[in-house]
Amino acid sequence: MSSVNVNVHHVTRVEGHGNIVLNADSGKIEKLEWQVPEAPRFFEAMVRGRSYQDIQTIVSRICGICSITHSLASTKAVENAMGFEVSEQADTVRILMHYSEQLQSHILHVGYLAAPDFFGAPSVVPLVAQAPDVVKAIIRVHRLANEWSDLIAGRTTHPVTLIPGGLTKVPTEKQFRQLQQRLKDGVADLKAVAEALLSVAENIPNFTRETEYVSLKQDNPPTYTFYHGDITSTDYDGTVPVNDWKTVANEYVSDQSTAKWTKWHRGSYAVGALARFNNNAELLSPLAQDVAKMFALEKGCCNPYMNNIAQLVECVHVVETSIGMIDELLTKGLKDEKVSVSPKAGKASGCVEAPRGILFHEYEFDRKGNCVGADICIPTNQNHASIQEDFEKLVPEILDEGEDAIRHKLEMCVRSYDPCISCSTHMLDVKFVK
Amino acid sequence: MAKPKIAIFDFACCEGCQLQIVNLEEEILDLLGVADVVEWREAMSEKSDEYDIAIIEGSITRPEDEERVKLIRSRAKVLIALGACATMGGINKLKNNFDLDDVKKCVYGKAASKPHLHTGLTKAVDEVVGVDYYVHGCPIDRKEFTYIVRSLVMGKTPEIPDYPVCVECKANGNPCLWEYGQVCLGPIIRAGCGARCPSNGFRCFGCRGYVDNPNVEAARDVIEKYGLNVDDLKTKMVLFGSQQEPTIYE
Repeated sequence: MSSVNVNVHHVTRVEGHGNIVLNADSGKIEKLEWQVPEAPRFFEAMVRGRSYQDIQTIVSRICGICSITHSLASTKAVENAMGFEVSEQADTVRILMHYSEQLQSHILHVGYLAAPDFFGAPSVVPLVAQAPDVVKAIIRVHRLANEWSDLIAGRTTHPVTLIPGGLTKVPTEKQFRQLQQRLKDGVADLKAVAEALLSVAENIPNFTRETEYVSLKQDNPPTYTFYHGDITSTDYDGTVPVNDWKTVANEYVSDQSTAKWTKWHRGSYAVGALARFNNNAELLSPLAQDVAKMFALEKGCCNPYMNNIAQLVECVHVVETSIGMIDELLTKGLKDEKVSVSPKAGKASGCVEAPRGILFHEYEFDRKGNCVGADICIPTNQNHASIQEDFEKLVPEILDEGEDAIRHKLEMCVRSYDPCISCSTHMLDVKFVK
Repeated sequence: MAKPKIAIFDFACCEGCQLQIVNLEEEILDLLGVADVVEWREAMSEKSDEYDIAIIEGSITRPEDEERVKLIRSRAKVLIALGACATMGGINKLKNNFDLDDVKKCVYGKAASKPHLHTGLTKAVDEVVGVDYYVHGCPIDRKEFTYIVRSLVMGKTPEIPDYPVCVECKANGNPCLWEYGQVCLGPIIRAGCGARCPSNGFRCFGCRGYVDNPNVEAARDVIEKYGLNVDDLKTKMVLFGSQQEPTIYE
């Protein structure tokens, strides 16, 4: 057997910079690595000395794609550290804000970044000519998600309405009704996208690797949660409180690579839409369950490429669920709520599900409310070890398929995790060049 | 005239400004009608070394990135800095307020001395190479971006506001956030965002940078009127204003 060399410098259509290196000779793999050369940005160092009021404004900039998620996680951490109560209305509106980002990020990933793989196109640009109706439906859903974020968060990227203790502003009843109508209209577009993806679903590689899936779990009331709850996994029956997230992440430096990885009950674990699905699928909305069935996606699925389908399922879930939440909100009547809080010393964590997996923020504040320390653990960090282990199982299975096919499947594997590499490098050890 | 070739490159940043280009939705198709996008790693697999207009997102933090941006400059006829990280260093410049060894140890602990974790002072793009046009903001404003690209494609010079956010905020009919106890940077920060943050009840934190000649005396009057001092303002200015030209610091 001849040698196989795959060297992908800066994988495209992902957020941030990552490399794939594979060298094999005569069927023997000599080197196989997932590397991250992104410029580190040092957020935990930069927030020191800053006021509790400014934390979400700073850490939102960790990631342009999940800025709402970072703002929510940090705001929850501040509130937990200082004992601030958040009203029921603000809590509901925040969840709606968070759902808008799930839809925004998922449809961006499924539609613009991953779909070209399924359709055999290098990007969404040639796809416009190849499948114009699908692209138009994707664009409409993406626009809906962005305008939804605009309405509730103040803008699509880097929210401005979120403050410790609540929100600066909530939309009017009329604006909520208009949003609700658009969400109802969006269901048809999502169904069209699902049908289109189903028609090319045979291009999703058939690969499985049994592993541990970690996500939030909310029992009271039972919810397919992105925002409240405690930490659970497919290897663990109970839940772990958010403040104890370090006993879950167990960050370590691998001998094989110097990347800082995470593990819990086994060598690696995965986070993201598929992890949430595997822990909470029975709590999905009815339409979302239908879409899962279309693709034969069931609890216990261990094909990482199916994460894209789990994202599509979640798109349907957040849209359908939000339609009902808006009804509840308006039935109770919108109230004009003023936030009044004063800082105190404390240390606590905040956790939410980013579109690409569970996210932990932890801060400590002095009595004036200035930050004295921070620790942030990003979903993509938690997936790096899983990507590496997928590579190690996958490559021997496909080594005779030729370099192009191998490269394509490895790139698709990375992309299926929807990595957010700029996020992860605030604390990631990248490959050590000796 | 042949369609100009545009390439988009990213450095240290959150990639949220590129996302605003994606967020143009159908308008991207209009953009593709007047220009060829030949490289854009976040959205496309296509790559090219030949381009007329280079759009740079992100700040420059490492020697290898300085070399890369110089190479891009040498190939491009026109270079555009996209977003606060590129135009003025952005939030990444907060790092420059600390000792760099301390910053590395804080985040990476014992691994801090490894060579791949090297970081230098955060620089805006124009601290390394010449910049022809600036698209301000964190993130950029989508309308302003299309306006600037449209102007360039038509051979015109885009006009960027050089008056403070307060002008747009007043035009929106907002009550002044200083009246609500917020330290808002509207009086000294460049408009063009439509006063997006104060219109949503959140103070301006300065992501578009200062106007060319901030009215320091007027800003001082505002601070004093509300019983605050320059230090109170400085703690807010540092978020996006670290190591910019000092205005009100003396």
